[in-house]
Amino acid sequence: MYLIKRSLLVSIWFVLLTLPLLAVKVDTTNETLIWRWENMLYVAVSAFVLYMLWLLAMRWRSRQRRSEELAQPRVHNLYSTITDNKVIVGAFNLILLAILVLLPLLSSGYQINIWTTALIYVILGLGLNIVVGFAGQLVLGYAAFYAVGAYTFGLLHQNFGVGFWVALPCGAAVAGFFGILVSLPVIRLRGDYLAIVTLGFGEITRLVLENWIEVTNGPGGISNIPRPALFNLELSDTGTAVWVYYIVLLFMLIAFISLLRLKNSRVGRSWIAVSEDETASEVMGINTTWAKLTAFALSAVWAGIAGVLFATKTRFINPDSFTFMDSALFLCIVVLGGMGSVYGMLLGAFAIALLPEYLRAFSEYRMLLFGAAMVLMMIFRPQGLIPPKARQYRVSKLLGKEAQS
Amino acid sequence: MEKALEVSGLSISFGGLKAVSNMSLTVNKGEIVALIGPNGAGKTTFFNCVTGLYRPNSGTVRLNHPERGEIDLKGLAPHVITSLGLARTFQNIRLFSKMTVLENVMMGMHSRTKAGIFTALTGSRYARAEEQRIVDESYELLEFLNLQKLYKANAKSLPYGDQRRLEIARALAAAPLVLLLDEPAAGMNPHETLELKELVRQIRDRFKLSVLLIEHDMSMVMSLSDRVYVMEYGSPIADGKPADVSRDPAVIKAYLGEEYNA
Repeated sequence: MYLIKRSLLVSIWFVLLTLPLLAVKVDTTNETLIWRWENMLYVAVSAFVLYMLWLLAMRWRSRQRRSEELAQPRVHNLYSTITDNKVIVGAFNLILLAILVLLPLLSSGYQINIWTTALIYVILGLGLNIVVGFAGQLVLGYAAFYAVGAYTFGLLHQNFGVGFWVALPCGAAVAGFFGILVSLPVIRLRGDYLAIVTLGFGEITRLVLENWIEVTNGPGGISNIPRPALFNLELSDTGTAVWVYYIVLLFMLIAFISLLRLKNSRVGRSWIAVSEDETASEVMGINTTWAKLTAFALSAVWAGIAGVLFATKTRFINPDSFTFMDSALFLCIVVLGGMGSVYGMLLGAFAIALLPEYLRAFSEYRMLLFGAAMVLMMIFRPQGLIPPKARQYRVSKLLGKEAQS
Repeated sequence: MEKALEVSGLSISFGGLKAVSNMSLTVNKGEIVALIGPNGAGKTTFFNCVTGLYRPNSGTVRLNHPERGEIDLKGLAPHVITSLGLARTFQNIRLFSKMTVLENVMMGMHSRTKAGIFTALTGSRYARAEEQRIVDESYELLEFLNLQKLYKANAKSLPYGDQRRLEIARALAAAPLVLLLDEPAAGMNPHETLELKELVRQIRDRFKLSVLLIEHDMSMVMSLSDRVYVMEYGSPIADGKPADVSRDPAVIKAYLGEEYNA
């Protein structure tokens, strides 16, 4: 009963709120008012239904919370049984890899294009996860490092005719340099202040790219960026697209494996410690300045690599590809996938990059759906789609005992 | 007796407030020294100065290092001080809540290990061996503190007393010369306090270290410590054997007020 009453109130409120916007229309040619009451009906019904669903979902969540608090922490649930099983995880990895490797052979140029973007987004998600997910430093200007990588390639080619394979390490190095440069003032800041400074850096980079016309050609961007060479072979358009796809896939795999390794290493643990409690980590012997610096630098290096890959894929770059919206999008990948999670980045990036492409029919409502999805995520699964998993350690002593028993 | 840690003339002020002024304190090798005083006397601030979290305005903090002789710790970064041989626990427990019990202890070994980004990325044999070594050593420390059954559990899911002991384990993992405990018995029941007292003695004997502890539980201070320092309003007011200190009129005044006459 309460549900219906509340939903009814909300729907009436929404009708009143949207009345002047959706019901009243001025017909300028006849100078009359047109009343579109049917719109009000749509608003009332949809507000009623949506609010009811909302209330039900909130109820379900609070019930779930309560049962979680009451119950002993479950050590063995389905998720952890699956993810603890090495065979299943291995098989999953193999299938995923096989799909990604075989994909370009089975699909059109358009599909390859989308999937290349998705893989670049995975690299960006992984890179950003180092600094946001592991080290816990909120960075809102990640697109700037991405831009630095892309423009390094673009400018090197334009001015010196440098090819892809030489530009790649250059882009990574320059972006890494900028990462260190930004991290120097930023290291002393925490939380909100850090976010503001990195946001500012992102905007500065974009504005420089837009206004330093003599060097960057401003909003006109840089075109005719070369595709990577393959032993002097002449490739067709689709052929080069496939070749670029495989290069991106290769770097995605390298990023993926290196992140898995870092996460379970002394360095990765120190990042996580810094993200949790800086004072305690300092006292535990962690050089927090160094930890943050390396996180920033490494994160920027991956953005630089992604930038070079992006430049070679689109063959044209301009400042429009590196706006604050893009930074926010990359952050969404990390939040959606799960902060500090490596596998989560796959899912997060695929969701962010692929869903808008495959849901072109709803393209008008894209941002609306996107926002709604984010709000729902934060309420019902704040830890992300695939939250990071605690690592299993093998204690030498116990291995012997388990073997005996 | 050989000195392990010698603090002299340590002062720090925040704005106009002198939180600690001219505090001197010595911890000899193998000694258990207690630092007591009413709330707000500056004991934890003193700890923060010694461990490098705060930068004292004046004074010296000398640590007697077996290989490097006497080192002045004043002005060094906290992580350097830890690596030189000073480890501490916190009054309000500061475990890493996203990590397991074992990982928390492994964090304590950070200053004693070396693997960096490149060894981690390449998965070198050295890094893997080091990793395995600290896993095993951490587990042994947990066994010593009788927490080994919980090594997979999340640190924050532990009962309060266990969290306190885990903090001690984490501090011990840094292999300190001097262990600083900030109110280790806070919030413990009498039985747990008794166990803790025994534990501190065991730690001292097994790891051959010195202990400096802040404590409010007088029965524990009196029976455990070799010497006691008393602070009030940031300044030392008395020091000596527990029995002597407890009869000191200045101490009685600090704790019980002016009118109290025993």
